[in-house]
Amino acid sequence: MEAIITRNLMKQFGSLIAVDNVSFSVNQGEIFGLLGPNGAGKTTIINMLITLLCPDSGFASINGYSICSDMDYIRRQIGVIFQDPSLDVNLTARENLDFHGMMYGMSFSDRKTRISEILEILELSDRADDMVENFSGGMKRRLEIGRGLMHSPKVLFLDEPTLGLDAQTRRRIWDYIRKLNQQFLITVIITTHYLEEADFLCDRVAIIDHGSIVALDTPDNLKNVIGGDILILECGEYLHHVLTLLNGTFEIIDMKTDESRLILTLDSAEKKIPQIISFLQENRIGVFSVSLKKPSLEEVFLYYTGRSIREEKGSMSSHMHAMMARRMRQ
Amino acid sequence: MIQLIPIYVLWLREMKKFFRMKSRIIGMLTMPFFMLVFLGLGFRRAEIPGLSGSMDYIQFLVPGMVGMTILFSSSFTGVSILMDRQFGFLKEIMVAPVSRLSIVIGRIIGGGFTSVMQGCVILLFSLFLGFQLFDIVIAPMAIIFMILISICFISLGLICASYMKDVHGFTMIMNLIVYPIFLLSGALFPISNLPEFVRVFSYGSPLTYGVDGLRGLLSGHSDLPLIVDFFVLVLVAFASVSVAAYAFKKSQI
Repeated sequence: MEAIITRNLMKQFGSLIAVDNVSFSVNQGEIFGLLGPNGAGKTTIINMLITLLCPDSGFASINGYSICSDMDYIRRQIGVIFQDPSLDVNLTARENLDFHGMMYGMSFSDRKTRISEILEILELSDRADDMVENFSGGMKRRLEIGRGLMHSPKVLFLDEPTLGLDAQTRRRIWDYIRKLNQQFLITVIITTHYLEEADFLCDRVAIIDHGSIVALDTPDNLKNVIGGDILILECGEYLHHVLTLLNGTFEIIDMKTDESRLILTLDSAEKKIPQIISFLQENRIGVFSVSLKKPSLEEVFLYYTGRSIREEKGSMSSHMHAMMARRMRQ
Repeated sequence: MIQLIPIYVLWLREMKKFFRMKSRIIGMLTMPFFMLVFLGLGFRRAEIPGLSGSMDYIQFLVPGMVGMTILFSSSFTGVSILMDRQFGFLKEIMVAPVSRLSIVIGRIIGGGFTSVMQGCVILLFSLFLGFQLFDIVIAPMAIIFMILISICFISLGLICASYMKDVHGFTMIMNLIVYPIFLLSGALFPISNLPEFVRVFSYGSPLTYGVDGLRGLLSGHSDLPLIVDFFVLVLVAFASVSVAAYAFKKSQI
């Protein structure tokens, strides 16, 4: 059973094509990830699905209702956690939840039980009557997720839910999302540019670049595309000698070099490391360092967005820079 | 489509925030307070041309100051919309199953309540400065005029806020509009003293009718018949709410 269907969605802002012919469907009870760099069009897709934007062309529906004509129905069915914080910081946690419930037409007794239930899950019961402005970043984020759940939505949209949070808080929020998905059988759509987030949480992931979907599958299937582990060896000036030595041995799938390193792609690399090192030592070549990378979505992402593994170092550091800059702004 | 519960929620939210932000209340009331004290006392003995016979300046000034208080606090309701946009809360309302018209009405009622309360505080205070109500029975009807003035200018604030993205631009535009409206309204001096071509602008602004109406009800003297003031205000209020609802609907998040 499909909770969300999109067919050939298009959205243009001036000359910029933000969303280009996007089609996918999300099954009921699934955690579906939209993964892509900043500015790839993830938030625009979400804004269309949550009825804040109407697509220029194409079609999308939630539980069979069109996003452009049945807005009121859809607004009742969905919960949204926005990328930017959207709590009223001059109200208490309880008031934020209560006002939300009233907006969605919940009765007084429903609201009361639901609020205590949610505060319990979020572990915020003891702070219920404190002003939100005194909350930490992680607490605010948790409260926002809780507010999105107040009216028991069928589909939950999370736009970059852990952006700018520390690793520990992020981990906790992942656990909450998992728990909510299993406990309330909510369909979850999550956008992220943290690869490990998509890997940890999502049943299926769509990789988005420049407004269109470049790959869509389970994280495991996506990782299989890379085909093998990556082993990086540092062995000084004998690089080309080593290259010819290793050619055709150890079932190596691919070999590359950069300035001082040898990059090998091969299956079950961890078992072959001792053999490779002793083989090289027999040939009087010393190995200074060895590092092993199991394929992660990171590699998949670089593979699909057209950047080769060789450029990984540079592009990842600029990616980190962008993240840092975002965090600084908050 | 008008939904009552969301309107109530928006009103309640405005009330809670208003009473929690003590600095905002004080900030909003300081200016009319000082103007009332210093202009009221300073011009106590002045012969002001155009003032009808036995009227003291304070009797003339107080309705103007009440109108001014409401003008400023209402216009700057637009700032709270911009704050909500900046801090993301507006989105939360926009994805709720609530019609855009209800959001606009909720805003107007919330902002109107706080504005009229401030106007009443200034009026009460003026009684201690020696202001005498013309008729204790008809004075409460002044609240109707206060409500109408505040509807007009909250809508104006909403319209500006729909097209403005940041608070600074908004404050600048509002100052460009609000100060001339205030000075032209006859809150400080009789507009009959203004040259003919300036007076035309006075009669183009709804506050002029609002202040005139308030003066009629509170001090017992108005330039125009009260019924004229009333109908002009109702008309402008209705038109500006419609434009505000339209502009808000069109505005992007």
